[in-house]
Amino acid sequence: MNTDTLSPYILTLVTFVPLAGALLLTVLPRRDRDIRVIAFLVSLITFGLSLHLPVYFHRVIGGFQFEIDKSWISSPNIHYHMAIDGISMWLVVLTTFLTPLCVLISWKTVHDRVKEFFILLLILETALIGVFTSLDLFLFYFFWEATLIPMALLIGVFGHERKVYAAVKFFMYTMIASVFMLAGILWLYAHTGSFDFVVIRDLISRGQVSNFPAAAQWLFLGFFIAFAVKVPLFPFHTWLPDAHVEAPTAGSVLLAGVLLKMGTYGMLRFNLGLFPEQSRSNASWIMALALIGIIYGALVAMVQPNMKKLIAYSSVSHLGFVVLGIFSFTQSGLNGAMFVMLAHGISTGGLFMLAGILHERRHTYEISEFGGLATPMPVYATSYLFIVLASVGLPLLNGFVGEFLVLNGAFQAKPIYGILGATGVIWSACYLLWMFQRVFYGKVTHPINNGLADMLGFEKAAVWPCAIAAMVMGVAPILWLAAIDPAVQATLNALPQMVSKVVGQ
Amino acid sequence: MMPLAQIQAIPQGADYIRILPELVLSIFGIVIMVLDPLVDEEKSQKTLGLIGFIGTLAGLASTWYMARQPWGLAFSKTIRVDGFSIFFNYLVIAIAAVVILSSFEYMAVQKIRAGEYYALILFSAVGMTLMSSAIELVLIFIGLEISSISTYILAGFRRNEASSAESSLKYFLLGSFATAFFLYGVALMFGATGSTNIDIISQRLQSSPAEMLVYTSMALMFVGLGFKVAAAPFHVWTPDVYEGAPAPVVGFMSTAPKAAAFAVLLRVVFSINVPGRFWFLWVAAALSMTLGNVGALVQNNVKRLLAYSSIAHAGYLLVAFAMTTPDTSLNGISAAMFYTAAYAAMNVGAFAVVSHLANAGERYVNLEDYEGLGRSSPLLAATLTVFLLSLIGIPMTGGFFAKFYVFSAALRANLIWLTIIGVLNSAVGAYYYLRIIVVMYMRESRKEVPVGPVSLGLALALAITFVATLYLGILPNRVLQVAQHSAHDLLPAASGAAGVAQNPRPTGNTN
Repeated sequence: MNTDTLSPYILTLVTFVPLAGALLLTVLPRRDRDIRVIAFLVSLITFGLSLHLPVYFHRVIGGFQFEIDKSWISSPNIHYHMAIDGISMWLVVLTTFLTPLCVLISWKTVHDRVKEFFILLLILETALIGVFTSLDLFLFYFFWEATLIPMALLIGVFGHERKVYAAVKFFMYTMIASVFMLAGILWLYAHTGSFDFVVIRDLISRGQVSNFPAAAQWLFLGFFIAFAVKVPLFPFHTWLPDAHVEAPTAGSVLLAGVLLKMGTYGMLRFNLGLFPEQSRSNASWIMALALIGIIYGALVAMVQPNMKKLIAYSSVSHLGFVVLGIFSFTQSGLNGAMFVMLAHGISTGGLFMLAGILHERRHTYEISEFGGLATPMPVYATSYLFIVLASVGLPLLNGFVGEFLVLNGAFQAKPIYGILGATGVIWSACYLLWMFQRVFYGKVTHPINNGLADMLGFEKAAVWPCAIAAMVMGVAPILWLAAIDPAVQATLNALPQMVSKVVGQ
Repeated sequence: MMPLAQIQAIPQGADYIRILPELVLSIFGIVIMVLDPLVDEEKSQKTLGLIGFIGTLAGLASTWYMARQPWGLAFSKTIRVDGFSIFFNYLVIAIAAVVILSSFEYMAVQKIRAGEYYALILFSAVGMTLMSSAIELVLIFIGLEISSISTYILAGFRRNEASSAESSLKYFLLGSFATAFFLYGVALMFGATGSTNIDIISQRLQSSPAEMLVYTSMALMFVGLGFKVAAAPFHVWTPDVYEGAPAPVVGFMSTAPKAAAFAVLLRVVFSINVPGRFWFLWVAAALSMTLGNVGALVQNNVKRLLAYSSIAHAGYLLVAFAMTTPDTSLNGISAAMFYTAAYAAMNVGAFAVVSHLANAGERYVNLEDYEGLGRSSPLLAATLTVFLLSLIGIPMTGGFFAKFYVFSAALRANLIWLTIIGVLNSAVGAYYYLRIIVVMYMRESRKEVPVGPVSLGLALALAITFVATLYLGILPNRVLQVAQHSAHDLLPAASGAAGVAQNPRPTGNTN
């Protein structure tokens, strides 16, 4: 059988196989080992299925592919409409790539309520994939909200000391923000009679939505605030360090690796797609916030005594690059934003796994508790350095490509944006390398650290795929950009006059 | 109250069919009362409860039969069977059935031996079905009294507890006071229009402009009904009454009488189209949402918390009433009907769980008693979580679509501010429902809270409400379509055909 016959159903499969796996786990007896194995197999099968997408993806087409559109509820007019383009495809693959690694890294670190843990993890995977594949605004909102509950439970049940506080803060922040998006979606439905992204976009671009000019700015802000909190854009970022520090390792990996990208993906797809003019008129202050995020995130990261908090603030800084790239409205900036999203997912996911490995051994994230770890843990130190360099943006590793493209785009938009943004690259080298030096170099400062075991098999299996992916992405970015570029081009084509205006400023 | 010439001397067979559910429920209620002294006291609970349950099933079946017969007026045009009344008949009787199922275990645990409990639930259901099908204000009042008096007694069923007596007495005193307002409103309406029949009033008001007396009458009727649905500013009784009353009864009286009162309110508000009703509904909706949610934030007793939540939900529902044009009214009516169904499913379910956890003497109804429930009884905790998520309004649950239809109806009617207040309120509401979930899953229990095994009846009740909550959240189409058809029955002017639809339409079961 030609696997291409799968194409109409592949998105449904990729999205719901993890959920089916979760349901299977609910009926299984509580034998922890079996549960782990099955969770791993399910996530691996999902990854395998998701590889169907890049294999059969037509790279020259900028539009949506693998489309499935079925009427689901007639009133309101909700469709089961899923499709992907070059932008969302890689985010789906990123999700399916990270999930098996999350299962591996949790293999021995989760002892209590193992069954619940993996059920939540798989439900979370379904919700995350659904966010990227849905083209019906209602479906999108459903998956968007559906990510909240498993994530909040992962933090609140399996987290560290202040887990409840962090979980509730995470839930309330993102829930309240997305209510504004819901209001926007309802407004659009009330005035267009459709939830379909493509239909609404076309109606708006043809000016056939009544009262739209008066409401557009508010709608833009309603969507934007939901996404900005998720990114998180300065000054909406305060939930992130708490959530990360308290989350279990797998939760942090998916939170930083994929969940934050929901925000930037939303900006790219919905803010730019539905409200091109408002995106342009609001671009200046959004870019300013992005720049503040880049620099502020980096400066705060530098002074963190807690390794996980440091990585969390580095996410604020890196995601600032993504927003900067998106609102530069240049081909290069958008390509770069997409690439930073993927690269950050891989490298920060890796960093969180590495931090988790250390926590598993010492039950602390305090940098001052470590020092000279390179001696007892050479393999660990090498892996760590590799991922740190990828995150810093060393050429030939994945961080470099994205940041370069973003800065290039930002510079085209306005030189000062490029110049200020470029300082972020320097900062990131400062805080990450300084942290690395304090943790790994010199003499072993605490005798207890002498006896630390080096990486175990399952830990290597979790971290090394990230390292390999970081290198492949750095050496051959074209493999990814070939699909991203047409999709970005299509997004930009919808706003042709804008590019020239921004660039011409 | 109407000219003698209009009164048919002898009711015909069709008349009886149109009150068949009421008749069936009354007969079963009477059978229980008669049997109560005859059966062995030890076994009376099971036997009589079972008869009560069969009574509700028979009630559902007779509603089904009635819906298949020609619809129309009965008993000198005081009763009207249409899609609207059938919808609420199904809903109310289904609620009664589920509550009876969830009561078996509760009554056994609390050691309450009283067969009349089940009879009272049936009689109360009779009153409520009467409220939804009556179009004669006096008959509505009688239905209101039948249902209210039964619930007053039900609220006091934990006879050994002072709080239950307090609950019953408070409910009784304030409730009679409120129904008096309703009656006063009916009297004024008779004075203003010369009739107490909703159809005739509606016709008379269309031909002549509404005068001050009509406004006053509407306001007074709203006071009476507003009390029944626990809408602010007539909500003060709710927390105390809910706290003291037996938990399954609270599940019953927070949904069924509310649904019936909302049915009356829908008929009164939309059939007697009084311009100017808009603002007091607007204010009541905004106030109920805000006061309910803010009040719930600080509650530590789960029953009180759900009491405030029910005030808030009455507020969301009232948003659907603030429609003025016929077109938006249709949306509003169907949204409100859907909301009552969804709210019934999730709230009855939530109270079923609460009543199970409460244990003997309702000792464990505080938030800290729920600590660690996610670990000690994962299935129960997961079920309660789904109901709470539905109450928050998370997609794929009935609560989401309920809110969704109400708010999108409001948006189409350009009620932007009311929608914003509502949406912000649902965000606030998320916090306190979440507190329960947080306590269940993220805290370890600090004291020994015994959780007994779930009995068959309760399991059935939970399964029904659970499936209904998810069904309304995943496939809301069918129920919504029924609600939309029924909305036309209520607004003959909007559907273009005056009078009552005579053709029976297939209706879905709405439980």
